[in-house]
Amino acid sequence: MLSNSVKRLFVRQIKSSIRTTSVRSLSAADDVTILTKPSENIKGDYDVIIAGGGMVGCTLACAMAKDSILSNLKVLLLEGGPDKEYKWKPEYSNRVVALNQNTKALMTSLDVWKRVEKMRLQPVRYMQVWDASSDAMISFSSSELLDDDVAYIVENDILLHAVNTELTSTDNNVKIVYDAKIAGYQLPKQDNSTVKSYVQMSNGDTYTCQLLIGADGANSAVRRAMGVQYLSWNYDQMGVVATLNLAEEYTNTTAWQRWIPTGPIAILPLDSKRSSLVWSTWQDHAKQLLKLPEDQFVDALNDALWKQYPRSGSVETVTSFVSSWLRRAGLPDGAARQLPPSIRSISPNSRAAFPLAFGHSTRYIAPGVVLIGDAAHRVHPLAGQGVNLGFGDVADLTKFLSNAMYSGLDITHTDWMSKYESTRQRHNVPTQVMIEMLHRLYTVDLMPVVLARSVGVQITNALQPLKKMILSHAAT
Amino acid sequence: MSLWKLNKCIFDKSKTVVSSKVPQPGSKLSLRRNQTEVQNPPIGQSFNKDSTIDAADVKFFSQRMKEWWNPNGEFRLLHSMNLIRVPFVRDGLVSATKKDLHPLRDKKILDVGCGGGILSEGLARLGAAVTGIDASKELIEIAEHHKHVDPKIAENKPKYIHSTVEDHAKSTSNFYDGIVASEVIEHVNNQELFVKSCVHALKPGGRIFFTTPNRTRWSQFFVIFFAENVLKTIPQGAHQYEKFITPNELTFLLERNNCHVELTYGVTLNPVTGQWDFSQFQHLMYAIQAVKLS
Ligand SMILES: Cc1cc2nc3c(=O)[nH]c(=O)nc-3n(C[C@H](O)[C@H](O)[C@H](O)COP(=O)(O)OP(=O)(O)OC[C@H]3O[C@@H](n4cnc5c(N)ncnc54)[C@H](O)[C@@H]3O)c2cc1C
Ligand SMILES: C[S@@+](CC[C@H](N)C(=O)[O-])C[C@H]1O[C@@H](n2cnc3c(N)ncnc32)[C@H](O)[C@@H]1O
Repeated sequence: MLSNSVKRLFVRQIKSSIRTTSVRSLSAADDVTILTKPSENIKGDYDVIIAGGGMVGCTLACAMAKDSILSNLKVLLLEGGPDKEYKWKPEYSNRVVALNQNTKALMTSLDVWKRVEKMRLQPVRYMQVWDASSDAMISFSSSELLDDDVAYIVENDILLHAVNTELTSTDNNVKIVYDAKIAGYQLPKQDNSTVKSYVQMSNGDTYTCQLLIGADGANSAVRRAMGVQYLSWNYDQMGVVATLNLAEEYTNTTAWQRWIPTGPIAILPLDSKRSSLVWSTWQDHAKQLLKLPEDQFVDALNDALWKQYPRSGSVETVTSFVSSWLRRAGLPDGAARQLPPSIRSISPNSRAAFPLAFGHSTRYIAPGVVLIGDAAHRVHPLAGQGVNLGFGDVADLTKFLSNAMYSGLDITHTDWMSKYESTRQRHNVPTQVMIEMLHRLYTVDLMPVVLARSVGVQITNALQPLKKMILSHAAT
Repeated sequence: MSLWKLNKCIFDKSKTVVSSKVPQPGSKLSLRRNQTEVQNPPIGQSFNKDSTIDAADVKFFSQRMKEWWNPNGEFRLLHSMNLIRVPFVRDGLVSATKKDLHPLRDKKILDVGCGGGILSEGLARLGAAVTGIDASKELIEIAEHHKHVDPKIAENKPKYIHSTVEDHAKSTSNFYDGIVASEVIEHVNNQELFVKSCVHALKPGGRIFFTTPNRTRWSQFFVIFFAENVLKTIPQGAHQYEKFITPNELTFLLERNNCHVELTYGVTLNPVTGQWDFSQFQHLMYAIQAVKLS
């Protein structure tokens, strides 16, 4: 057991050796190039072009349409995908996100939240995280820590649809182009508000803009064109997602997360009978899981949720000592835990797997260019923070840009742009580091590591103020 | 550097105007530098009726102009100061209930000692109808030239006049919604007349704004000694410690001229980021806002 984990740790270290890409070297191999000479066929000139109409890019467009100052800007949103018509279905989508209170506040201010509520969302009021290699567990409950819900589970499609409906419900300053295949960018070399960015489409059209916003996801071509350093590594892990049917019906408002030696398994509530799965595991294992017949997959999942993993005797001794010590001190010892749900079946064909990786762009800005969302930062989904960080970017970007324009500054003024970068990095980077530390701590089953994290978790769980602090950081 | 040289010569010129007209009031506020006895023709002398372009002069001023309007050049501190003084003036004149692009629309503002127009243009961008006056003909020309450069003010260019405030105020009593004198009062002769004339041009209920160095050991060391002798970014003698005015003295002058001081902030420059900030620390520089009572 021990030698096995040492081996795994070692192998992982090699495989996931840190990659820093300074992008120019890569660009030749990339589909999106850095233009030297943009075509002269200028299709349109805009104040702002948002490249990428995912959840984050669309929300920014919506925020720019709603802000009393930013709505004066001529905005173009370019999305590579088609304009999918959304149809509400009784079945849940397998892609869901957990949204925190800050995201809710942003969406409420954009009148998007009420649209989401009208369609479908599930509040999370209790969260329980427990460790398969020891008895340690930590729980967060909204009633004891916050006045509000811990989080909300919303399908990606629904959120995107709500944002887009709100965005297109009024005549506004935003023009959206779907199926927009961007072939390349030419960015201004230095800070000079008269120099524009060129966005070249594969059909030969060119758009120009003063401010280019890269919301084009983890593999951002805007980021590559900026030539900034990008620190990234693969976890060699994938997130296996599926929609789960529960064995019993109950008020399903608990988010469960169990750490087994291969990684975290999260079960997020959808309604009284259904939950959504994000099972992070090694790539080969994930591929196996996808190939299993559906009933065997359910068995494997229930097994992973309930199985007693071999435990180290010394860890047991210490954690039970800590428990008794906590009990004597009158603090919660973590024994009062809820039992996770049993899974009856999965919705047919709801399984899929997504690669997981870490990514950090050392700069979020360049003259006339800003990165937001996964283009700037990518995290492991274990804490359900990914898109929330992106929505935080949207909130801060609109605030700083709007303030700058209210003070008469150019939309590419370095003052607001550097404020944006430093404010966001000061929030995003520690969050990314925390998630990374958790991930490393938990994908190891070496006795001393298990011991340290178990005791850490037991004590954290006992201390309300500490838990409150964790939650409030996760919520901002 | 050249800013200070220019100022100095301008100052010397305008001084003749001011001091020849006004008797010096109380000693504390009066000028302690050798009072000028020069009785040259005042400001009007620099108006040249026969315009013959001097190529060397044109070149000199186009270079100056480039410098004055280079945000990273010699006047960068005035440029970066716009980041705090434009919002300062804006928030003094309008309360932001619904923010829009031109919050100062319909506001008539007089920028006294406008120089090359850095602050005037910043305010014009917010929609204000700005009149900039300066005692330097050359700087007014620079400002006049540059106002055509920024497309954002194409519809709302400031009006520049080569004049002193006491002259200008004669024809504009109770006229402006806002009067701004940023980094000017420390250069003028007869500060009492200066304040009085500014207030004269202001509507009752209008706001008047000043930014200027304080007169303390701090400003003496940093603004004069350190900048002139150590950094040598300012030629020796550009500033005179005696001409600096304290917040109390300026408040006194304003209140004596029927104004009520509403705000006094310290103004500090972060030496690392090069950014200006409002703070509690008033010993180096400060900003004052007052309202004219009816
Ligand atoms: C399994 C899994 C579970 C997750 N769970 C959570 C969770 O619970 N909570 C959470 O907060 N986050 C979660 N995340 C993360 C979250 O999904 C991402 O952070 C989020 O999708 C990022 O949004 P984005 O708009 O920045 O990027 P994306 O969603 O990647 O959008 C980028 C958009 O840009 C477009 N685009 C890209 N290139 C071009 C181009 N060249 N031309 C034109 N268009 C282009 C794409 O078509 C796409 O629409 C999870 C992620 C995974 C993989
Ligand atoms: C340091 S500059 C400030 C320029 C401008 N207010 C700004 O902040 O960008 C000082 C200016 O005050 C002008 N000045 C000095 N004495 C003056 C006077 N008595 N009347 C009008 N302007 C004067 C100078 O010509 C110079 O342009």
